Order: sequence, then C-alpha cells, then structure tokens
Amino acid sequence: MLAKWFTPNKEIPKSVYTSAGLITFLLFLVFWSVLSYGGIVNPLFLPTPTVVLATAIDLLFNGELLSNIGISFTRVLVGFLVAALIGIPLGILMGSLKIMEGAFEPIIGFIRYMPASAFIPLLILWIGLGESEKMSVIFLGTFFQLTLMIMDVTKNVQNELIEVSYTLGAKKLQVFTKVILPAALPGIVDTLRITFGWAWTYLVVAEIVGASSGLGYMIMQASRFLQPDKIIVGILIIGLLGLLTDMIFKAIYRASFSWMRKDGF
Amino acid sequence: MVTAATMNSPLIGTPKLEIKDVGKIFKTKSGETTALEKTSFTINDGEFVTILGPSGCGKSTVLRIVAGLEEATSGQVLLDGEVINGPGPDRGMVFQSYTLFPWLNVKENITFGLKLNGVSQKEREDVARHYLQLIGLEGFENHYPIQLSGGMKQRVAIARALANDPKILLMDEPFGALDAQTRNIMQEVLLKAWEESKKTILFITHDVDESIFLADSVYVMSARPGRLKKKVPISIERPRGFSVKGTVEFAAYKEELLSLIREESLKSI
Ligand SMILES: Nc1ncnc2c1ncn2[C@@H]1O[C@H](COP(=O)(O)OP(=O)(O)OP(=O)(O)O)[C@@H](O)[C@H]1O
Ligand SMILES: [Mg+2]
Repeated sequence: MLAKWFTPNKEIPKSVYTSAGLITFLLFLVFWSVLSYGGIVNPLFLPTPTVVLATAIDLLFNGELLSNIGISFTRVLVGFLVAALIGIPLGILMGSLKIMEGAFEPIIGFIRYMPASAFIPLLILWIGLGESEKMSVIFLGTFFQLTLMIMDVTKNVQNELIEVSYTLGAKKLQVFTKVILPAALPGIVDTLRITFGWAWTYLVVAEIVGASSGLGYMIMQASRFLQPDKIIVGILIIGLLGLLTDMIFKAIYRASFSWMRKDGF
Repeated sequence: MVTAATMNSPLIGTPKLEIKDVGKIFKTKSGETTALEKTSFTINDGEFVTILGPSGCGKSTVLRIVAGLEEATSGQVLLDGEVINGPGPDRGMVFQSYTLFPWLNVKENITFGLKLNGVSQKEREDVARHYLQLIGLEGFENHYPIQLSGGMKQRVAIARALANDPKILLMDEPFGALDAQTRNIMQEVLLKAWEESKKTILFITHDVDESIFLADSVYVMSARPGRLKKKVPISIERPRGFSVKGTVEFAAYKEELLSLIREESLKSI
C-alpha cells in the first residue's frame, strides 16, 4: 500500500490525496502551537493561534477588516484588469506575428526585470499618492510577465491547426478569432490565474508606502504598534483571498473547457 | 505488362492539377537543402494518385506546395488551369498528425469551413449528416476529438475536408499513425468516400500496399533530392475490396514497386 503511494506518476485514491494536504496543514499548526503555547518564542513576536483568532474576530466585527479587504481588493482587481486588458491582446499578437514579437519582446523583456517596487517613488512624483498610484504598482508588477506568458501560450498553438484552417478557407482575421484564440484560451485563463496571484503579492508593496487604508497598510500599522497578531491576521487574509481567486479561476477553467476532458464533465 | 504501360500512358480526361518544373530549396543555418528537384506531373480530374517514396525525399514538400502552405523555389502549380497562390479552400488537406479543432465537436469540425463561408445552419446540418453517414460515425456528432480514437479522428478530418467541397483532396500520410488493422479499414472508408464524391485525390504514403490498393496511378519518387522517378498505373478493377490484396495481380504490382523503392531507399541511407 505505502509502496504504491510512493511510485512515480502513479494515481492515488482521492481521499489519500486530500488527507496528505490536511496533514501538512495540521503539522504546520502543531509547529506553531508548540512554539507559542510552549513559551519557546516570546509572545511579543509570535502570538498563539487563539490570540490570532480572537484578533481576527475582533477586526471582523468592528468593520476594520472588511473595509480594508474591500479597498485592497479593488486596487488589486483594477490594476490587474488593466494589465490583462492590454496584456492579452498584445501577448496574442506577439505570439502570432513575428513583427509584433520583434517590436515588443526586447523592451518588455528588459522592463520586467526592473522591480515594480522601485517605480513607486517615480509614480508618487508623477501621479501622487492616490488610488491610481497603488493600482499602477499592481499593473507594473503583473503586466509585463503576463504579456510574455500569453505570448508563449499563443506560440504553442499547434501550427497545423492554423495551416488546416487556411485550407478550409479561413482568412487571416478568422485565423485569429476562430483558431488561435480558442486554442490559446485555456492557457490564457491559466496565465490569468497565476498572475492574479502575483498581483496580491504586489499589493502589500503598494500599500506600504503612502497608504492610509488597505490590508498592507493595516499590516504596517500593526508592526509600528507591536501587534504581531494583527500582522498575522493580515497575512492570512491576503493568503485566503489569493486562494479564493485561484479557486474561482480554476472553476472557470473547469466549466469552460470540458472539451479537454475525456469524460466531458 | 505492367512496365509497358508505365511511362506516358495516354491521358484520359482533362488535367485537374498540373505541377510544372516545381522545385524547392530550403535555406537553413547549415546551408541549402534541395528538398525537391524540378518535378513535373499532372493529375486528371477524378483521379486517385498516390505518391510513394523513401523518407525525406520531398513528398510532404510537394504536397505542401500544392496546398499553398509552402512556396516553390521554382516552377508553378496549376489547378483547373489557374496558377495557385497561397492556401485556399479549393484544396482540402488531411495531415498525418491529428488536426481536428479540439474545442469543437465532431459536427462543428466537419462544418468548420462551411460556417466560415456563411453557409446556413440548416444546410450545415444536412452536410454534416451526410458525411457522418459516409464515414460511418453517426451518433458521434456531439463527441469531442479527445473522446475519439485515432482512426475516428482521421475519418472526421477526411469528412471535414470533403464537406468543404474542394477541387482536390491532399493527404499527407493520413493513416501513418494508425495500427495496421485500422489502417486497412480506413483505406476502404476512403475509397468509398472517393467513389461517392468523385474527388481528385493526391495521397502520400510510405506503404506500398496502401499505394497500390488506393491508386489509379502510383508515382514513385527518387531519394533525396526528390524527383518523380516513375509513374505506375494500377489497372486493378474497381470497386476494390480488401480481398484484392491477395491477388496475383496485386502481388505483381507490389513486386515492381518494392524493387523501385528499394533502389531508392538504399541510395538514401
Ligand atoms: N522547413 C524546412 N526547412 C529545412 N529543411 C526542410 C524543411 N522541410 C523539409 N525539409 C527537408 O527537406 C527534405 C524533404 O522533406 P519532406 O518533409 O518533404 O520529406 P518527406 O518525403 O515527406 O519525408 P517523410 O517520409 O519523412 O515524411 C528533408 O531532407 C527535410 O529535412
Ligand atoms: Mg512527410
């Protein structure tokens, strides 16, 4: 039995798979508990799980948490949507037209190595400390990577599908809309899922400087006032929100691309 | 007897496809590759021609040039007397690899070209039904390609090409990836579709049996750089069932073609 579970590439029962994930979580919790309840680490640095839970409930009921979530979520969403709205068409064009790749790949490949956080001072100079500055950080953090990934997805569309569509009478524009786009769509959705996750990580960076609201701001304030429990709540919430959006994208993927599965479900 | 009838047999009917001095040189990093030496041949209306040749002799290159997917370095291709320029729906193509659109079901795949052309839903339904029946896949119209076996996929690919009503059907080793049994069945399915549709077909294969069984004429290509070596008309009576593969007549053709191919394969090693 045990040997079976440790054979490369071998399927295992779903229950075992799920249990393995739960056990890892539990082990993590046990580790945390031993350190905190056991008094091994000063509670000023690592609060106990119960304290963190109490703080979370408190923040939830006094409304602070929800309003911060709302603000942060809006920032992430708008910054990311703008990145996707430009990055998807641009990436598709770069992946299918050599001239577009030649024109944009070098500059995007260059900019993407410039850390988005380093642009913050410049952004503040240009557009001030408002919402658009926060959203711009998210945009800068995701746009370039997203565009390059969409380009790769598009390049991987089987060339023969394009060729066969020409022999069936497709015009150039139809090749884009009827072949390249549907063929690349699963990869595009998956790219969005991954890059949306990154957008969350840029959130804190965006809210550390010159913000007066949001989860990142909440975390920074908590650090200033020595409230590790509040920091941990903030981190956990961002993680949960990331996980939630990831699950939403996965659900969209499953619902939209049943043609990729033999059973059709 | 077979040899007497080979070269320059009188052409019956009008030439559907004319290949005139078509040659192809590929430019690569390591220099130039002559994939195809200047080659000329014609195919008559309604004729089933198979091209047989050793690996790498330029069979796919010829077909891709006819399809308009590759540009010839020299010469030209005429379809119904008109010079072809780029790919178009008048030349249907079936590839060796599976090229059904995976996000479309069988019916939508078959009618893909018709839909591009703005053919009405009603008419598309009729065409789809007709070809589903022809290839023996009734009841599979709502299946997706991932749910089909290799042989079924290639049947749909043939139906998709035929549904577009092309002037000529180009097939590049369409059964090359199938097992021997499926392959034999597919050959019969194709012959039936050909007899029914009266299409002109240019079919490429490695397989000597397949080339004889299907063809009105087998064109043997020489090893690289490829060119047409010999045209062998096959006068086995039609309609042909799989049992013709056991006849003396068939064996005679096979022997002739095998020795031609052997000479060439030896050169290409
Ligand atoms: N795009 C290309 N660039 C460079 N060389 C090529 C290209 N396509 C084909 N060739 C070369 O041209 C020659 C003929 O290729 P082709 O694919 O037409 O052969 P083939 O007869 O179809 O072979 P096979 O039986 O293996 O399918 C080969 O030597 C091949 O390497
Ligand atoms: Mg080939």
